[in-house]
Amino acid sequence: MVYFLCFLLFLIGLYCIVTKKNLLKIIIGLVIVEYAVNLFLVLLGYKTGGHAPIINLAAPDWIYVDPLPQALVLTSIVIGLAVLALVVAIAMRIYERYGTFDITQIRKLRG
Amino acid sequence: MKEGMTVIVKTITRFVGVMIMLFGVYIVLHGHLSPGGGFAGGVLLASGFILLTLAFGKDVSLKILPQWLASALESVGALIFLGMALLGFAGGFFFLNLLPKGEAGELMSAGIIPLCNIGIGIKVGAALFAVFMVLIMLRIRPGKEE
Amino acid sequence: MIELYLLLIFMIIGAIVAVEIRSLLSSVVAVGVVGFALCVVFFILRAPDVAITQLIVEIIALVILIRVTGIKRDVTEMRGEQRELITQGVSVGAVIALAVFFFLAIRLLPEFGKPLMSLSKDYFSPLIKSGAINRVASVLLDFRAYDTLGEATVLFTAVVGAIAILRKRGRKKVEEEDREE
Repeated sequence: MVYFLCFLLFLIGLYCIVTKKNLLKIIIGLVIVEYAVNLFLVLLGYKTGGHAPIINLAAPDWIYVDPLPQALVLTSIVIGLAVLALVVAIAMRIYERYGTFDITQIRKLRG
Repeated sequence: MKEGMTVIVKTITRFVGVMIMLFGVYIVLHGHLSPGGGFAGGVLLASGFILLTLAFGKDVSLKILPQWLASALESVGALIFLGMALLGFAGGFFFLNLLPKGEAGELMSAGIIPLCNIGIGIKVGAALFAVFMVLIMLRIRPGKEE
Repeated sequence: MIELYLLLIFMIIGAIVAVEIRSLLSSVVAVGVVGFALCVVFFILRAPDVAITQLIVEIIALVILIRVTGIKRDVTEMRGEQRELITQGVSVGAVIALAVFFFLAIRLLPEFGKPLMSLSKDYFSPLIKSGAINRVASVLLDFRAYDTLGEATVLFTAVVGAIAILRKRGRKKVEEEDREE
C-alpha cells in the first residue's frame, strides 16, 4: 500500500514533465520525480521494529534496518542537487538567448 | 541598491554563520560514530558559506574564499580520497582498510574511514559553493543576440 | 504506521498543488514543502543520515530555484492555447500505461517491513569487523567504496559542466567584434 502512494508521487512528477509548456515547471517536475525515487529506495530497506543503523554497544541484540539502501540514497541526493544546478544553468542560458521560457517557441537550432 | 540584507540579518549572521560551519566540521569528523558523514557535513559547510553570501553580498564571501581557491579545494578533496584509496595498495587491494582499527566507539578508530570522510567533506562543500557563486554572478540580458 | 501514511498523502497533495498552480513562485514554495515533509518521512523510516542530507539539500535547492524564477519580471506562467490535443492525449496515455505496468509489478515486491537483506546479512555477520559504529558509513566507505568513488566523479563532472556553461564570453568572440568595426 505504501508503494502505491510512492508510485503515485512519481507519476505526478512524470505528468508534469510530459505535459507542461513552461521550462521551469518541467524542472519542478524533475525535482518531484527525484524525491519519489529516493523515497522508494529507503522504503525498500525498512524493517518493522528496527532501530536506526548506529550500533549501540550497550544493547547487542537490537534489530537494525537495512543500511545498504540508505547509503545509495545518500549519494543520490547530493548528485540530484548538482544536476539541478546544471539544469538551471542551461535554463538561464536559454532565457538569455531566446527571451522566453516557453518551449514551443524555442525551436530554432542555429548551427 | 544596498549590498546584502538589513542590519538584523547581518548581526545574526555574524554569530550563526560561523556556528553552522563549525557544526558541519563536527558532523564530518564524527562520521563514523553518529549519523552524518562526509556528504551531510559537506553540504552543511556549503550552506554556511551560502548564508554569508546572501546576508552580506557576494564581495565579502569572495574575499574569504575566492573562485579559484574553491575550485582548487574541490580537486584537493578528490585527491585526498584517491590517495586513501591508493594507500590500500600497500596491503594488496585497492581501497583496503588497512590503518589500525582501534576500539569501536573511539574517535580514532575504523581505519581509513574518517580520513575519507574529510576528503569527501572538503570536496562536496567546495563544489557546491563554487556552483552557487557562478549561478549568482551571471547577469541576464534577455532577448535575441546578434 | 499511521503517521507514515498521513505524511505521504500530504506530500501527494503538495505535489499536485506544485504541478497545477499557475504562479511560479507558489509552485516553488510547494516543492519546498514536499521536500521538508520528505525529511520527516526519512526520520520516521529510521534513516537519520539521509534526513540530515535531504534537509540541507532542500534548502539549497529552494535558494537556487528562487534565483531562477526571479529572472522574469512577472512570475506567472504563460497563458495561451494548450498544445495540440493529439500530443497531449498521447502523452497522458503513455503515463497511464506506465502506471498500469507499475501496479502489476508491485505484487512481486517483498512485503513492506520484511526486507530480503541478502547482502547486508553478509556485511554484518560477526566475523567481519570494519570498526565503525555507523553502519551506513562503513557500507559507504569500506564495503562499497567504489560506488563512492563513482559518485565523486559524477559530482565533479556536473559541477565542471555547470561552471563551463556559465562562464563569460570567450576571447574569440570579442576579437571578432573588434574586427568588424
